[in-house]
Amino acid sequence: MQLQYFLLLAAALFCIGIYGLVTSRNAIRVLMSIELLLNSVNLNLMAFSNFLDPQGIRGQVFAVFVITIAAAEAAVGLAIVLSIYRNRDTVDMEQFNLLKW
Amino acid sequence: MPESTFGLRRYSENKIVNLADGVQLVSFLVLAAMMIGAAIGVVLLSNIVYSAFLLALVFISMSGMYILLNAGFVAAAQILIYVGAVNVLILFGIMLVNKRQDFVPLKNAWISQVATAGVCLGLFALLSTMVLATPWAISSLTPIGDEAIIEIGKHFFSDYLLPFELASILLLMALIGAIVLARRDYLPDEILGRDRPSEQPSALTLPERPRELISGGK
Repeated sequence: MQLQYFLLLAAALFCIGIYGLVTSRNAIRVLMSIELLLNSVNLNLMAFSNFLDPQGIRGQVFAVFVITIAAAEAAVGLAIVLSIYRNRDTVDMEQFNLLKW
Repeated sequence: MPESTFGLRRYSENKIVNLADGVQLVSFLVLAAMMIGAAIGVVLLSNIVYSAFLLALVFISMSGMYILLNAGFVAAAQILIYVGAVNVLILFGIMLVNKRQDFVPLKNAWISQVATAGVCLGLFALLSTMVLATPWAISSLTPIGDEAIIEIGKHFFSDYLLPFELASILLLMALIGAIVLARRDYLPDEILGRDRPSEQPSALTLPERPRELISGGK
């Protein structure tokens, strides 16, 4: 097992997440893509923690922080989606143009 | 140093998950295939409920990756928080905004999709070149394995104490903020009765201030 395998896997997951983030029309799917992005970052952190800093494991500490913030982000993001859905009666990202010129 | 949970024998180099190399590689490949396939399903499937369940599969295989990386505590936290909390929250969100609507097809939508796919492939090429070209300073120390949870606790209460406390405040803020954002505005009973005495709210609808929809689209 090598560090590069994990890093390549995390890069692939990150690219899939970016693709979903940009092309999704459903707002909840956008939130899921953000979770994919955060997970790929976590995989990077854990791989570095295991291979580069195996005694100090600061990467695992950072991964725990990222998990915490991802949970908070999911809660607030879903609340925003619910609020927008109640106002606009849709979850289509193309119709959320409140802040668009 | 205690034996890890997988501990049949200990290799001298940089591993403590003491599966043989072949087993480790095969389990990595299986987990990677599961993860990439499920992630593509999350992004591309049209039914969003299937996407949510495939997201749970991504999280579970990510937890398996953490076990391969000698991090049992974070693997357990991943399953508890992501599969148990975030994914259930997303499923509740899907249930609450369950609107079966077909999105109006945009014209020239394929241009943006092809462009995004190109950008993502380019990003992947860039990242993989970087990963393969960088000489990583691989440490030769033995990973601490199951003592990681002790080490994480020490980090939390010594040099990462301030971020740890800030994280708790952030969670409190997110809790209150989510409630404030998602809550409905209720009318008090006397105002509702005075304004429209004929309308009795039925058993299944909560009295809610009527709110006009902001017109969508252009």
